[in-house]
Amino acid sequence: MISPRDALPVGTRVTVRLGPPEVHCRTPAYLRGKEGEVIELLGVYRNPSLLAFNKPGLPRLRLYRVRFPQRALWPKSSEGGAASVVADLYEHWLIPSEDNADG
Amino acid sequence: MGEQHHHHDHHHVHAPIEDPQGPIAEDELLEIALRELLIERGVLSAGAVHQQIDAMESRNPALGARVVARAWTDPMFKRALLGAPLEAIEQAFELPMGGPVELKVLENTPEVHNVVVCTLCSCYPRMLLGPPPAWYKATAYRSRVVREPRAVLREFGLELPDHVEVRVSDSTADMRYLVLPQRPAGTEGWSAEALAGLVTRDCMIGTAVPRNPGAGGGS
Repeated sequence: MISPRDALPVGTRVTVRLGPPEVHCRTPAYLRGKEGEVIELLGVYRNPSLLAFNKPGLPRLRLYRVRFPQRALWPKSSEGGAASVVADLYEHWLIPSEDNADG
Repeated sequence: MGEQHHHHDHHHVHAPIEDPQGPIAEDELLEIALRELLIERGVLSAGAVHQQIDAMESRNPALGARVVARAWTDPMFKRALLGAPLEAIEQAFELPMGGPVELKVLENTPEVHNVVVCTLCSCYPRMLLGPPPAWYKATAYRSRVVREPRAVLREFGLELPDHVEVRVSDSTADMRYLVLPQRPAGTEGWSAEALAGLVTRDCMIGTAVPRNPGAGGGS
């Protein structure tokens, strides 16, 4: 079963929810509250927070690759040069940003 | 008496061929307790545990290097590898790759250099490269490479131009990552075997790039 929300298209800007963290949380703290961009939909996967408790992990969740520019994560960083972090994040952690162009 | 003493001293000069000193760590105790309990209850056998350890250790960076060299020399394989890596490797190398996690190959380009980390634990493409190096699991690497990737790469001896995007993939979920490095210049006509010799473990994590020793210093 796939959750009812529509898939986020590649290019969608998303903000990672602040919390609350799950027990077997796969969303690193340093990304919470940060804004990035969906670069790929990897597929649908069982929920790791439920699998950790030997549950079936359903409904399955979409898993996205989300790219964060270095400057969005560490605004005070003095490191020069182009850099980014890409993390695999489950859909329930992602809030589409309001300023995404509609179509 | 004096001689006796000498002998006694001498005996202690040798380093003991034993386990390292120090108390056993809590997580080691937990692992032993859990393993013994599972074996006692018949959930696992000691043989099955060892078989799994053997299987894991039979995978190593040399295998990954062969996969990379094949991708450099065989465009059809490269396409298959980028599309469905585990299936492609399984078919080309006749190695079972099935497991609970998937593999994704990140191709380096002149614009993007990929580096892999797992900030949450130590996720690593073990099915291909075997167990990760100690530094990959260390807090220093895991916390620093997402914050100051260029400084970390510099410590590995890798300096990249500012315009190249250093893209750090944090393996947070169901996917394991392998970096497909760029084929070094001046290796045209090399055999896959010779090319594989240039691909180190770190090249496939992204903390190094393959160098052609004959090309002298260069890129």
